[in-house]
This record gives sequence, structure tokens and C-alpha cells, in this order.
Amino acid sequence: MDAMVENAGLGDILEKVRKGERLSLDDGRRLYECPDILAVGYLANIVRERLNGDRAYFIYNQHVNYSNICTNLCKFCAFGKDKESPQAYQMSVEEVKEKIRERLHEPISEVHVVGGIHPDLPYSYYLDMLRGIKEVRPEIHIQGFTCVEIAHLAELAGKSVHDTLVELRDAGLGSIPGGGAEVFSPRIRQITCEKKLSGEGWLEVAKTAHRLGMQSNATMLYGHIETIDERLEHLDMLRRAQDETNGFMTFIPLAFHPKNTEMADLSRTSGIDDLRNIAVARCFLDNFPHIKGYWVMIGPKLAQVALSFGADDMDGTVKEELITHMAGGETSGVMADTDLVRLIREAGRKPVQRDTLYNVIKEF
Amino acid sequence: MDAIDKKILDGERISADEALLLANEGDLYRLGFLANAVKKRKHPEPIITYVIDRNINYTDICISACKFCAFFKAPEDKDGSVLSFAELGEKIEETKRLRGTQILLQGGLHPDKPLEFYEEMVAFMKGYDIHIHGFSPPEICHFASLSGLTVAEVITRLKKAGLDSIPGGGAEILCDRVRQETAPRKCSADEWIGVMREAHKQGMRTSATMMFGHVETMAERIEHLTRIRDLQDETGGFTAFIPWPFQSKNTVLAHIPETTGMSYLRMLALSRIFLDNVDNVQASWVTQGPKIAQLSLFFGANDFGSTMIEENVVAAAGVSFRLSEGEIRRLVQGAGFEPRQRVMDYRLVENAAA
Repeated sequence: MDAMVENAGLGDILEKVRKGERLSLDDGRRLYECPDILAVGYLANIVRERLNGDRAYFIYNQHVNYSNICTNLCKFCAFGKDKESPQAYQMSVEEVKEKIRERLHEPISEVHVVGGIHPDLPYSYYLDMLRGIKEVRPEIHIQGFTCVEIAHLAELAGKSVHDTLVELRDAGLGSIPGGGAEVFSPRIRQITCEKKLSGEGWLEVAKTAHRLGMQSNATMLYGHIETIDERLEHLDMLRRAQDETNGFMTFIPLAFHPKNTEMADLSRTSGIDDLRNIAVARCFLDNFPHIKGYWVMIGPKLAQVALSFGADDMDGTVKEELITHMAGGETSGVMADTDLVRLIREAGRKPVQRDTLYNVIKEF
Repeated sequence: MDAIDKKILDGERISADEALLLANEGDLYRLGFLANAVKKRKHPEPIITYVIDRNINYTDICISACKFCAFFKAPEDKDGSVLSFAELGEKIEETKRLRGTQILLQGGLHPDKPLEFYEEMVAFMKGYDIHIHGFSPPEICHFASLSGLTVAEVITRLKKAGLDSIPGGGAEILCDRVRQETAPRKCSADEWIGVMREAHKQGMRTSATMMFGHVETMAERIEHLTRIRDLQDETGGFTAFIPWPFQSKNTVLAHIPETTGMSYLRMLALSRIFLDNVDNVQASWVTQGPKIAQLSLFFGANDFGSTMIEENVVAAAGVSFRLSEGEIRRLVQGAGFEPRQRVMDYRLVENAAA
């Protein structure tokens, strides 16, 4: 089927991909612009199979969004609320512990803890929350606090990011999720989230974590007002950071969901947008071990297809995910592991239940 | 496998055995690339069509009780109903206001309405000057058996009353083992084909469907495709083929897991490759949602189906995707094609929405 890729005008990129050569920004642009999505997917699938074979990972996890109160109030977000909003909420440490306790009977290996930039919760709250979770479920891996939250916590603590991360780690933090990256471009941040940590700042937190031996993920929120070049600049910054520290595990392209946001007049991303972002990322980010097709964001049907367009991970069983759903995400918030296994098998892949750091828990 | 690829790319027909091999061993890209090549050969211009219409179900009362159906009401069920002509008229007027060109008219197999009732219904609708795409083969067979007339006579009379074309519904899987197991009271595979042959003979165009992903095997799906291809060789009357996966919720077969996006795309592609004599293949956004439907345009589909101002049958099985004409156009454009409104026989509508 190589001929089909050559017909699509991507013969030279195919050759590079086969040789494992790094793609240039211009190559990336051509992949974004190529009308033949099958040809782009085919290239991504080559990289995907070289790096991850037939494996498709999922995790048995739990989400805790401890508060939606946020001072950033980014225009693309339907989750964050002003403190005075009637929809604002925050969980006490005891409530967070109860969330964990409620599901002790399930084989959960990870809790994903993310919230807003809260104006007045003290630094101790976050440390207590981590310790509290570990107290209830000592073996659980806590993947928590985006780089944006970490930078905020460092300010609260009056310490360096490095020292803050050490304290958080001592309190139980295992790794850092990829959120808050959005699009690194200052132009985009100025328009959509001017109060948020800068792209450079985000990368600096991630690299600091990596140097401490803590791994993290990276995201990109696509499908709002960013240009193709801004996406590529974002991917390029991630690729260079990864060359430096090699601490990123997974890249997760996040589809913008406009409903209930200040950018609600924009359209939702299409299936081809979603697959293209996954596929280009897989080809371009040659130093990222994993690419996730997050089923909560793009739906289980497309997430399954994405396993042939570069993705090797579907995320997990996920319960009580609020951030996508506040923005009109239509997928059900929960999927049984048996359903994930079936989706993966029907995609011709081998289901692998993993832990946060991609250690194999169970092969199916 | 390479020989099969070559045949397809050279525009040669593949056999049922070759189709089965492709279905079992071809990977997603092989199926996609081949289907896309066939689609491009048949439709070299980068146009994706859609139709503006409404599904009107004149009754949900049905004696067939198919196991895969969540829509029907048994005759003794007090919740069943028949649409009044006044309601029909309102629905048609609304359709025309939305620039609709046709009504897809289908209903359950009502136990006792005489053929005259359907003739009057069609004649009444025709007063609104709209294309009537109505009565799938199981309905035609049912009318024939109730009235004691032949299928040919029923078609002639309905056509005279104003029926323009016949939808391809009720085909399910054209294999009697599967029909016995899931819909024993519905017309047989031969009878379904017989209605379509007769309709084509009388100069009526029809579409063809396949509902897959329940109790049938892959070989039986290919048997279905073969029957469509054979009749098309004979009559040339099919305008389009529309495969869609079984939606199990609220049906007797609710324990069967839903067909995944991947399996849908593979079957769509296989259909496009195998049915070399059918011009058009439709994507099914109603069952697959907008994302997979858009992707279908690279797996053999050249038509986005209908805007479905109203749809009841799939909705009864717990699926509730809705798309406006504007959203359909945007999805098509996003995939790199020009969206064009069409009518039942795939002629383009001039001066459609820009």
C-alpha cells in the first residue's frame, strides 16, 4: 500500500518514517495539510507499530476534580468557576478520601487529581490531600496537579518549583498529568488564557519534575483559534524538551469542546481533525513513547479507530470526569474494562492493562 | 492478497471467496485504500452528496416482531398508532420548508389496513408535490398477501397512486438462516429480491441496505452482497447501497455487543469494493455519529445520507445523533469535499444552500 502514500505526495516522508529519521517542521506541515487522511494515518501506524507493536494500553483509574474554583478562567474552559459562582464547589480532604474509599473494592491503580487555580486554599491542603489519599489506599499511584497547578503551589509555598515538587512527592505525588499546556504560543495564551502560566513556564515545571526522576505527560488543546504552525511550534517545543530530559511518557491531543465556554460559537472538532492530530503527533514526536486517543474526548468509536492512526493508549475506565463533560462532551463518563478490551481486540490490537508508568498489570 | 489488490485496482470484479479473504485478513489500511480507490474511480469529482428528507413512519403497529427491532408495537399493544393524513400533511409541509425533496415513508406491517388505504395515503401525499420513497419490500409483500394480489400488481397500483421509488429497508441480511433466527415472519431473501426485481422492471429505482452485526457470519454478509450484485447485473435498478450496524438497545437481542467503529468502517469498505456495479454507497451518521461518518468518506462512502428531519426507528434503539444540514456540510468540507444536495436518484439539486 506504499503506492497510495506516494500518490498522496508523501513518498519522501514515508521513506524518512521507515528509516526512523526525524521529521522537520515542514514535513509536519505537509502532514497537517495532506487531504488524504488515510495516507497520514498509514505513516503514523508505521511509527506506532515500531514503538508499541500491537499493544494497546488502558488503565483502571479514577478521577478526582477536587475543586472547580479557578482564578484563571480560561476562555476555552467550561469547568473553572469564579469562587462566587453558584456552581462553584470544593472538596474537603475528608471528601476526597471518601471518594477513594468508595471504590476500594475496585482494582484501581491510579487516581488522577486535577483542579483549578484556587484563590485561597492553603498549600497544606494539597499536601494533606495527597497524604490522605495514600492513607486510604497506600498502593495507589497519584498522578496529580498539572504544571500550572504546581507553579501555583510553589508560589503558595514560597519555595522553588524543585523544592515544592520534592515536598509533594514526599507527600505521595507519583507523576504529573499533561494538562494546562493548551497551545504554548504566547499569541494563543494572550487571547484565551492570559492569566495562565506561560508555555515556557509550563515546560520548565515539567523539566524540573523530570530531573527529579518524576515522569509526566503532555497535552495540546487543539481545534479553537490556533494555526497549524502554532500546533507544530507546540509539538516542536515538546520534542526539544523531551530531548533534554526524556521524562515525558505520553502525548495526549485534547479536542476542544466549545459548549458552555466563552468560545461556544466555535464548532466542535471533526473526526478527521481528531485523527489527524493524533497521527501527526505520532510521526513528529519521535521521542515520545506513547500517544493517547482519549476516548472521553473523542468518543469510544473514534478512539478505537485511532489505535490504527498512531495511538497506543485509550486512557482508562475513568469515572466522574467533569472537565470534558462540562463542555458538552457526549461520551458516557465510564467504560467497563471489558468494553475497553473488546474495543481493542476488535481493532486488531492486544489489550494491555497498565499502571501509570506503563508497567504491565495484565495482558488479555 | 496482492492479486486481489491488483484486480480491484484494475477495476475487475472480485469473487465471494476473495471478499471473504479480504474481510478476514485485510488490514484497515488495505480495505480503506482499496475502497477509496474504487470510490474515486466511480466519483472522480470531489463531491459528497446528501439528501434533505424526512422519515415518516405511518404506523408502528407491526405483526412481524423482529428480534432486532426496538420500534414496533404488537397489534394488541394499546400504545401503537397510525398517523392521520392531517399529521402527514403537516410533516410534509415542514419538510418542504426545509428544502426537503422527498419523504421516506415506511411503517410496520399493520394487520388489517387494506391496499386502498396505502393508495389513498400516497395519493394524498402526492398532492404536496414531493418525491415519495416508500414501502420497503417486506411491506409490499405484506400488502400482497393481505390483498391476495401479486407483488407486481401491488407495485403497479402504488406506482399509479404516486409512489416514486422504493427504499431498501427490510433487507437485514439476505440469507434465510439469519432471517429464520431473527425475523421469521418477515419476507424471505428471495421475496425481498423479487420485489426489487419487479420494481426495477416497472421502471422504479430503489436502494438496498444491509443491517449487520447481530447473528450473521461474515460469509452470510458476503452472500447478502452477492445477491445485491447479482440483481444489479440483471436490472441496474439500485441507486445506492447503505450498510448499517445493528443497534441493540431495547431489542430482544440487547445482549449482543454493539458493532465498533472499526468493524463498521471495514464492512463499509468491503461493500464499496465488492459492489462494483452500484454507483453510490452511503455513510450512516445516524448509527455512527458525525466523527466516524466523516471518516467513512475515506472508506468508500460518497454520500452522507439524509438530514433526517425526523427519524424514529434508530432512535428507539437508544441512538440519538442529530445533525443539521449545516453540520453535514461542514463535516463534508472538513474532509476536503464539496457538499451537494441531491435527490433520490442522485441528480444534484441546483441552487442548493451555498
